[in-house]
Amino acid sequence: MITAQSQPALSRGVKLRFDQAREAWVLLAPERMFALDQPSTEILKLVDGERTVEAISDDLAARFNAPRDVILADVVTFLEDLRQKGAVRS
Amino acid sequence: MTPAPPLALLAELTHRCPLKCPYCSNPLELERASAELSTDDWKRVLSEAAELGVLQVHFSGGEPMARRDLVQLVRHAASVDLYSNLITSGVMLTEAALAELVEAGVDHIQLSFQDAEVESAERLGGLRGAQQKKLDAARFIRAAGLPLTTNFVIHRQNVDRLEQMIALAEQLGSARMEVAHTQYYGWGLLNRDALLPTREQLERSTAVVEAARVRLGASMVIDYVVPDYYAARPKACMSGWGRRFMNISPAGKALPCHAAETLPNLTFPSVREQSLRQIWNSSEAFETFRGTSWMPDPCRTCDLREVDWGGCRCQALALTGDARRADPVCERSPDRHAITAALGSARDNAAWAPRQPRTPA
Ligand code: SF4
Ligand code: SF4
Repeated sequence: MITAQSQPALSRGVKLRFDQAREAWVLLAPERMFALDQPSTEILKLVDGERTVEAISDDLAARFNAPRDVILADVVTFLEDLRQKGAVRS
Repeated sequence: MTPAPPLALLAELTHRCPLKCPYCSNPLELERASAELSTDDWKRVLSEAAELGVLQVHFSGGEPMARRDLVQLVRHAASVDLYSNLITSGVMLTEAALAELVEAGVDHIQLSFQDAEVESAERLGGLRGAQQKKLDAARFIRAAGLPLTTNFVIHRQNVDRLEQMIALAEQLGSARMEVAHTQYYGWGLLNRDALLPTREQLERSTAVVEAARVRLGASMVIDYVVPDYYAARPKACMSGWGRRFMNISPAGKALPCHAAETLPNLTFPSVREQSLRQIWNSSEAFETFRGTSWMPDPCRTCDLREVDWGGCRCQALALTGDARRADPVCERSPDRHAITAALGSARDNAAWAPRQPRTPA
């Protein structure tokens, strides 16, 4: 489970990269890919196996001037979904 | 209007393979080694694919490791930023070969098994000693820190051991497991009577997968492909013709799906003569069944036409004799009786032919 204290990382074989042709970020994983919108991209850029979910949320709340609780809940939901799909580990 | 670019390239490097699986989806007429594309051709194809917007390349075959230049091709894919996936039977994957692939930048490996039980696996694959090589290959992949997907094609003759297969996949440390009921193309179609499961077998396999998913959660993700003969609606073959995938045959034919060469009256362009962009954007082969305007009834007016895109053209051809008809799997298709007949003629003691070249290579 992803919690506020987790230090999420991309699973082995999962890569975040910019897709030139479609001008968007994409998460490439074993035999599938996830198209990312801007908020998801901003979250994943901060996922490095060290930062906690809390720290990621603080960073985003400050930069996008948004309520931290709402951001934290969104980050947890988004990363937990990717964890269940095997793309992120906690 | 220019179509959206493809997301993935299926690079069928060769039809050569040390195994002889009776469900192999390769065509009955296997391509000879002398007809295969050169290393430079493949490198150019990979570069053109990346430029066109392809993000992932799947190296498959046959056995892609039968190509001596596989490492070079993987390295080239990495250099143009393509995510590379190797689809292999593992029987040629020694520790040294793996180290080279890792160094070249392979991102992921899918390792296929014929069964969990050695004797059955080696009878199906037609190669003694294959199972141990695969088990070793799995170990090497894990030791190198690469993510492992294990793949099991299931059918009438091995589906009853699905629990053991799942246990094996877990034991090997797969992050992902693919449990794929056989699709009936190529050799699979030829051997269909021996491979089609009974409805009870299908229902049980589905229940086994569902129970395993609950038990395993995210520790091993199971992808499950059902046999569409038992479904009420066809699969969206290749996510729609010319929408996501481009398949390159060993000899360099660009195909919208790996079985497309069976379709009559369509000429498939060669990557030796045209760029991938030209082929994708404007070749007749890719245009013919793209979208919905080619559809006859009942698809033409169906509310699901942009969900399954009328199903599979190759299946329509194989079972109705006309590639333009609705996929006969569909309950709304007037040809559904072809599926009913196939289900009726499958049986336990049906003979099957191992995959092998019909003419000496
Ligand atoms: S299905 Fe079997 S015979 Fe066909 S390419 Fe794969 S391993 Fe070889
Ligand atoms: S009628 Fe055609 S489009 Fe509609 S569900 Fe059947 S195959 Fe798909």
